[in-house]
Amino acid sequence: MAVETKERRTDIGPPHYEQFLPPVIKKNYGKWKYHEIVKPGVLLTVAESGDKLYSVRAATPRLMSIESIRLFADIADEFCGGFLRFTSRNNVEFLLTDESKIDPLIARLKKEGYPVGGMGPSITNIVHTQGWVHCHSAASDASGVVKALMDELFPHFEKMDLPGKLRIAFACCLNMCGAVHCSDIAILGVHTRLPVVSHAKLGSMCEIPTTVASCPTGAIRPATVDGKPSVEVIAEQCMFCSNCFTVCPAISLSDAEKDGCSIWVGGKVSNARQEPMFSKLAIPYLPNNPPRWPEVVAAVKNLVEVYAKHARKFERMGEWIGRVGWPKFFELTGIPFTKYHIDDFTHAGESFKRSAHLRQKKGE
Amino acid sequence: MADQKRETPRLDQLESGPWPSFVKELKKSRKNPMTEDLLGQLERSYEDKVVHWKHGGLVGVKGYGGGVIGRYSDVAAEFPKCAEFHTMRINQPAGWFYTSTVLRKICDIWEKHGSGITNMHGSTGDVILLGTTTPELEPTFQELTAAGFDLGGSGSAMRTPSCCCGMSRCEWALYDTMALTHDLTMTFQDEMHRPAFPYKFKIKCSGCPNDCVASIARADMSIIGTWRDDIRIDQDAVRAYVAAGTFDMSADVVDRCPTRCMHWDGKKLGIDDSNCVKCMHCINAMPKALRPGTDRGAVILIGSKAPIMGGALLSSVIVPFLKIETPYDDIKEVTQAIWDLWAEHGKNRERVGEFIQRIGLGSFLEQIGLEPCPEMVMQPRTNPYIFYEDESENAEG
Repeated sequence: MAVETKERRTDIGPPHYEQFLPPVIKKNYGKWKYHEIVKPGVLLTVAESGDKLYSVRAATPRLMSIESIRLFADIADEFCGGFLRFTSRNNVEFLLTDESKIDPLIARLKKEGYPVGGMGPSITNIVHTQGWVHCHSAASDASGVVKALMDELFPHFEKMDLPGKLRIAFACCLNMCGAVHCSDIAILGVHTRLPVVSHAKLGSMCEIPTTVASCPTGAIRPATVDGKPSVEVIAEQCMFCSNCFTVCPAISLSDAEKDGCSIWVGGKVSNARQEPMFSKLAIPYLPNNPPRWPEVVAAVKNLVEVYAKHARKFERMGEWIGRVGWPKFFELTGIPFTKYHIDDFTHAGESFKRSAHLRQKKGE
Repeated sequence: MADQKRETPRLDQLESGPWPSFVKELKKSRKNPMTEDLLGQLERSYEDKVVHWKHGGLVGVKGYGGGVIGRYSDVAAEFPKCAEFHTMRINQPAGWFYTSTVLRKICDIWEKHGSGITNMHGSTGDVILLGTTTPELEPTFQELTAAGFDLGGSGSAMRTPSCCCGMSRCEWALYDTMALTHDLTMTFQDEMHRPAFPYKFKIKCSGCPNDCVASIARADMSIIGTWRDDIRIDQDAVRAYVAAGTFDMSADVVDRCPTRCMHWDGKKLGIDDSNCVKCMHCINAMPKALRPGTDRGAVILIGSKAPIMGGALLSSVIVPFLKIETPYDDIKEVTQAIWDLWAEHGKNRERVGEFIQRIGLGSFLEQIGLEPCPEMVMQPRTNPYIFYEDESENAEG
């Protein structure tokens, strides 16, 4: 073994952010007065001192080659002294003080394939997970669905033409690494085939008590199969959460034909106007149809268009639906309402309609 | 040996269109044989419509219990160069600020030791370096620490805290999110690198109730900035917004106030601040005219999570208002009290939100030493199944 010549450093934590802040931010830190979006993708922040900071926001595909990061570094050097940041939704922002450089920067980013936009009442980048690129439990790809969707929804990224913000998120299984459960529109990869247990391998690969305990509905119980210790799954109790697979690799839920995507609507995290809310089920299942998932893209596009047409200014998807009611939502979107839309898990009853407050339709 | 160039007819269809293409990104790094084989394996997934990665194995660097996610191909015979394709999570600088110089350093390290593929950033906030082999982990780690970076969290540990850009660029930052995030990250290095909890624990710091890092949905502990005094109003600027005509003051602002605590007479905007719930809507609509007050702090909420395994939760209030001031002893004390209780009594893979559901919020508060208050509930209980305690026993005790 090679002799370590230097002391090995551990637990140093992240580098302190201050060394990466441009001078205008260091000078005005905590002393900003107001901001405005001067045009799509360009945010002006004005300090008490009168100093101005322009942030130019460009889309990235989240999955980035080091070649592209180096390109961003070169662009930052050329236009804004080498200072840039990334956003919580995987956009990149270049931090400028020279207003005259904004348009050339936008042109340059567009030429390189990173369009500018995603601010205000628009659709910005889709928060998403790893999918088939790098996950073991993905029920759908993430990057491919996002690319196909954003190609179609692109005009709403470059323009601010929606009633309010529309935040879309994608998670490739119920683990929801992207925590999509509070998004205006969420796309969630789902397994719909019962877990297949590899009885020959399970005893040596998994702890049976842990596997049994992993099931939220108690659908897994110990069993001896062909003389070997294993588990069995009670079919009627399985809701395909894949928690068992997470703790036990000898159980599989993936299925080429039965995996797919579900669509959820009306969640938000912001406290603005109404309180934060969960997304609710709109479409229980759409097939995986790579490379461009036409069924998912059409469904999301329909949701965006119906929302854009009917919501009032500032209303988020969930606020609009709350105002007009769910029956109207299903009518306007043309989505069939099924038994899958009715919750049957813990506290399900809280979502039942418990009053006679209904918008009745006049007799036809 | 000449590396085989993989045919990717399905993925190639994702190179066209106006949105940036992840396939183009992969191809930019295909000179690295690992990425070439990744392209091949991903094309295979697009053909087969199933994922081709196996469960992660236990891999890591010396002295750390997390920060590296093992990943192995299940079609390794066909794509040998990506047979091992581990992820390294690198703790991002607070607020995701960089200079071109430091980004190039990370790129150079990853070109030397990994696939050249990254996520900027992962869902929790880390820089994600996607794809390297077990022998490369330690050398990569050592070069990263030499460059000033450290691993992030994974497994049943405190995960990498993250925050909005806060005071660096936003006039609505009601406390210094980046300073607090950095401080908590440094204080709890051991809890992050050596998993000792029942399950993961995420901390996210948002400077105002707009909650740009989605802390209320995505963090076990959500720290959301707020204020206690009056919204500051510039009436001339209010009138300028009305004159500009981009929105209807009555319909779009006053009537959208959740507590109807505003009034507009055509000339002057009035706010009954005692009824304002700090939702931010009017301030969002008129950033030049309205500003949050100056008596600032944060609401501490706890327990949000994605569905696995007892169902998704939003965080709920445990401290209605707290001044956020260095050295942040109050937040650290409450965090430590929560960890002590949950680490002792939480079940395996039980998030703190689920733990609270199981033992009851009342009991939880009592055990971490916080007094219950009406701000913590939407309403008092409606069921009469109350676990009365024997007061005489308490008196004796």
